[in-house]
Parts: sequence; structure tokens; C-alpha cells
Amino acid sequence: MKETIQSFLKDKFSHFISKEEEIITNLPTFFLKPEGIVPVLSALKTAPGIELNYLNDLTAIDWLGKKTPRFEVCYLLRSGNKSSTRVQFRVALEEDEEVPSIINIFKGANWPEREVYDLFGIRFAGHPRMDRLIMPDNFQGHPLRKDYPLEGFGQDYLVEDLLTIHLKEDMEA
Amino acid sequence: MYEKTAEHFSLKQKKLPEGHLLVNLGPSHPSTHGILQNVIQLDGERVVDAESVIGYVHRSFEKLGERYTYNQFLVCTDRMNYVSTPLNNIGWILTVEKMLQIEVPDKVTYVRMIVSELSRVMDHIICNGILGVDLGAFSGMLHLFHHRENIYQVLEKLTGARLTTTFCRVGGLEKDIYPEFEKDVKTIIKGLRPAIEEFQSLLVNNRIFIDRTEGVGGISAENAISYGYSGPNLRAAGVPWDIRKDDPYMFYDKVDFDIPVGEDGSVLHRTLVRMEEMRQSLRIVEQLINGLPTGAHHADMPHIYLPDKSKVYKNMEELIYHFKLIMHGIKVPKGEYYMATEAANGELGFYIVSEGEKSPWRVHVRRPCFWFYQSFPELVKGSLLADTVATMSSMNVIAGELDC
Repeated sequence: MKETIQSFLKDKFSHFISKEEEIITNLPTFFLKPEGIVPVLSALKTAPGIELNYLNDLTAIDWLGKKTPRFEVCYLLRSGNKSSTRVQFRVALEEDEEVPSIINIFKGANWPEREVYDLFGIRFAGHPRMDRLIMPDNFQGHPLRKDYPLEGFGQDYLVEDLLTIHLKEDMEA
Repeated sequence: MYEKTAEHFSLKQKKLPEGHLLVNLGPSHPSTHGILQNVIQLDGERVVDAESVIGYVHRSFEKLGERYTYNQFLVCTDRMNYVSTPLNNIGWILTVEKMLQIEVPDKVTYVRMIVSELSRVMDHIICNGILGVDLGAFSGMLHLFHHRENIYQVLEKLTGARLTTTFCRVGGLEKDIYPEFEKDVKTIIKGLRPAIEEFQSLLVNNRIFIDRTEGVGGISAENAISYGYSGPNLRAAGVPWDIRKDDPYMFYDKVDFDIPVGEDGSVLHRTLVRMEEMRQSLRIVEQLINGLPTGAHHADMPHIYLPDKSKVYKNMEELIYHFKLIMHGIKVPKGEYYMATEAANGELGFYIVSEGEKSPWRVHVRRPCFWFYQSFPELVKGSLLADTVATMSSMNVIAGELDC
């Protein structure tokens, strides 16, 4: 499967491949440029013989101090029930770079993308609602970044503030 | 004081038409089974629009995973899907064992499989029983809860805890099985089989139940795949995917069982799929318990599994291993690994990025609830308010797993 996808990418999308790095993993991994993620995934979804039609997982890694660029957004796809066909695509990003949203290819990318934005601060261009999903809406910072302390910066974004905000919202409405 | 980063409800910003009403189901509401919120726009009793708000029980497990050692993170996995805790434990431990490339004795795998199938039964009892309660049928739940309690008692004897079992360890089990384990499991199977049939005829075959659930909250197979559904909810939509068959882990390729498949993904079909899965799980347990091997309950690897305490007091070698394991943890070689197991709700995947330290560089949990619950607004649009309760209940959304 790895060879099929590799030759498919080389044939049609060689300008979207960003680098070829060997990493120790159980998943065949391909590095793509940010602008390539939408055309490549939509082509692979229907490409005969490959058909990666199931978005298995979407997450990000913060390599602070280990690698540059700092962030990597990981897309895990598989072809139907054939779990042996799991393939990972990665997009390496600097701190304020954006990556296009794949919500038009896979509906299920909606919440995972919002989660990655919430916890890492990586924005997905074209997402209909790039809001916080898990943390409170007046939370400061992005907790899964490596430079965010484990104990937090202190819990002084009071629950009281949150209540005032929502109360004001209700009064206005 | 602080700048507001996002509006919480997009529905609240919308100008509502005359006569429409915004209703909050949750964060604390009997029908949500946990702390999650649904804002529903109603025209009379008809749902026009809906929105789910989550994050009320977020405990940042992925951040904690970067600090904890591999065995310490086990207590976090207990608190994900808290109605079938051993399944989460086993998913995590199998991933770490795969990274370390270690083999465990057959007996360990047998016991892990028995416990995980019993947990699956427990999870489905909760889901189907509470669905009945939400629709106003209380007695069905009571019929099965007695047997769920029996399973809990076995878990209690086996692990010392009922809810947060923390049952596995890297390289084996926390402790050996107790002498009457085999007999107890056989008693459970004997009692559960007729109880499931009784539940089926009492609740699921009931005319009122069928009228309330048939065709309600359905989803097409194509849509379900696009949303990343997995587990019973996906199979109810007619897609026969099950990781136990497609990518067998443990000994699932050596036991006989079938995968039940539904048709239209509606509440009724989800219930029926779960009913059949309980029977199949009992079938698996029966095959395993009859061939339970004897032997040690852990791999003989003192640098991975804590040595016996009595030896630690007497021998220098064991003392050193004990000290190293407690102070420095298990060193997992550098690399990345994704492994998925079939939990009660679907594909539970753990993605570990290790840099060779005592704790992972990054842990990610692919939890099934998170993926299928985002389709909730689409499922309930156009239905009645009472149907939203049935839909949510039958999806088996567990808040602990959803937020993680």
C-alpha cells in the first residue's frame, strides 16, 4: 500500500510533497505542504485501488526544541475496514501558519480541527466555526503546547467572569 | 478583564423567528447522562436547529500523559469510558506492549479478553437499559442491572475495585486471578443468557418501544463513514466493520463470533445491534473460560514488570529492578505507534509519540464518542423534542470519554 500511494503522489502531486523523512513508526507517513492537503486527500479518497475514505484520526504534535518547524498536524486515514491500510499524512507548520480545513472532504473533521485549534492554537482556514471547543471561551493560551506549564498559568480567569459574560449576553439578546 | 476569544453559542447570536424557543438540555439534565449541553431551537415541539457544547468534564489527560509514566497513565484511562473501564486499560497497555515488543503469557491474554468482553456486556446493559428509562420503561433496566452487579462483583474480587479497576500492567495483570474465578464467570453466563432474552421480549419487542424508536435519529451508511462513526453505531447503519475481525489483536482471530449489522442506523437498530453484541460477547467468554490456561499472570521481565515483593526484601537484583521501575519507570524506545482496539463504543485508538524517556512526548486518544457525537445536530433536525432524548441516549455518549 505504501508503494502504491508513494508512486501515486510522485506521479500527480510531486509539487505538494514537502520532504521525505524516515521516522520510526508503524504507519506509512507522508509529509505534505499545507496547500497540498485538500487536493491530495480528495484525490486519494476516490483514487481506484487506494480509496482512503475514512478519516481515522486528526491531531497535532508540538516539537518545541526538537524540530523545526515547530508543529505537525497529523491526518490518519484508512481505506474502509482494511485496518492494514492506515496511512498518515503530515503537515509541518510554523507558529502562525494556517492549514486549510478538510471539512468539505470529511464531515467528521469538524470537531477534531476545532480541538487542535483549541489546544495547540493552529488555525484551519475555511472552517465554518474556528472557536474553542473544550476549554472555557475566555481561557488564555493553548494548553497542549509544550511551553504551557502543566499546572497552568494560574486559574484566575474566574468562573465569575464567565458568568458575567453569559449574563451580559443574555441581557443583550 | 479578559478579552473574550469566542462566542459560546452561535445559536444565541441568531435572531429567532417569531414563536421559536431556545431550550437548554443540560449541562445537568437527566437525559444527557453526564455533563454536556445541547442548545435546541424549537418551533412548537419540532427541532429546527441544535448545537452541542462539550468540555465540561475535560481533565487534560493528554497533557498529563506527557508527565506520567506509562503505568501511571493507566489511572487516567480508567476515567475515560467509566462504564467499561477494563477496555480502556487494555487498549493502552496493548499499545505500550506493542511499542516495547514484548509477549505476555497466554493466560494473561485470556483473562484480559474475558474481562473486556464482560465489560462490553456491562456497557451495553447500561446503554440499552437507560434508553428504556429515558422512554419511560423502568423495569427493563432493573432486570439486567442485577446481572451487571454480578459482573461488578467479579471485577471487585479480581482487582479490588469496582469502577476504577486499573487492572492491567505493562507485561501482565496487576495480580493473579482468584481461585473461584472460573466458576463465577460461568455462573454469570448462565444467569445472563435468559435475562437478555427476557429483556428483549420485555422492552425491545414491545410495541410502544418500537413505535418510539423505529426510524428515529437514523443516519445513512455513507454519512456515518464521513463522520468517522465506529462501533455499534456504525454497524447499526449497515456497515460491518469491527476491529476485532478486521485487524485482530489478542486472540480474537481464534474465537468464533459474528458481527451483527443493522439497516438504517436508527435508535431501534442501534438497540438491536447492542442486544446481539451482548450475546456474541457471552459466546466469546464461554469459549475462553473453558480453555483457560494455567501459569504466571505476568511476563518474566523484571525490568518491565515489578518483581515480587518478598523477593525485593531478600535479593539485591530484585531490589534494584524495583527501585529503577518506581523511580525511572519503563523506558519505551524512540518511535511512534498508533493502535486501535474495539471498545464498547467503537474504535478506541491510542497514538503514542515516544522520545525514549520515561513518559511519552505526546499522547493522543482517539475516542469514539467524540467523532460520532458531532453529528448529533444533523440527526435531530426535524424530529420532535422527545426523539432527541432517545437519539442521544441510544448513541451512548459518555461524557468522560467525550472530553477526555
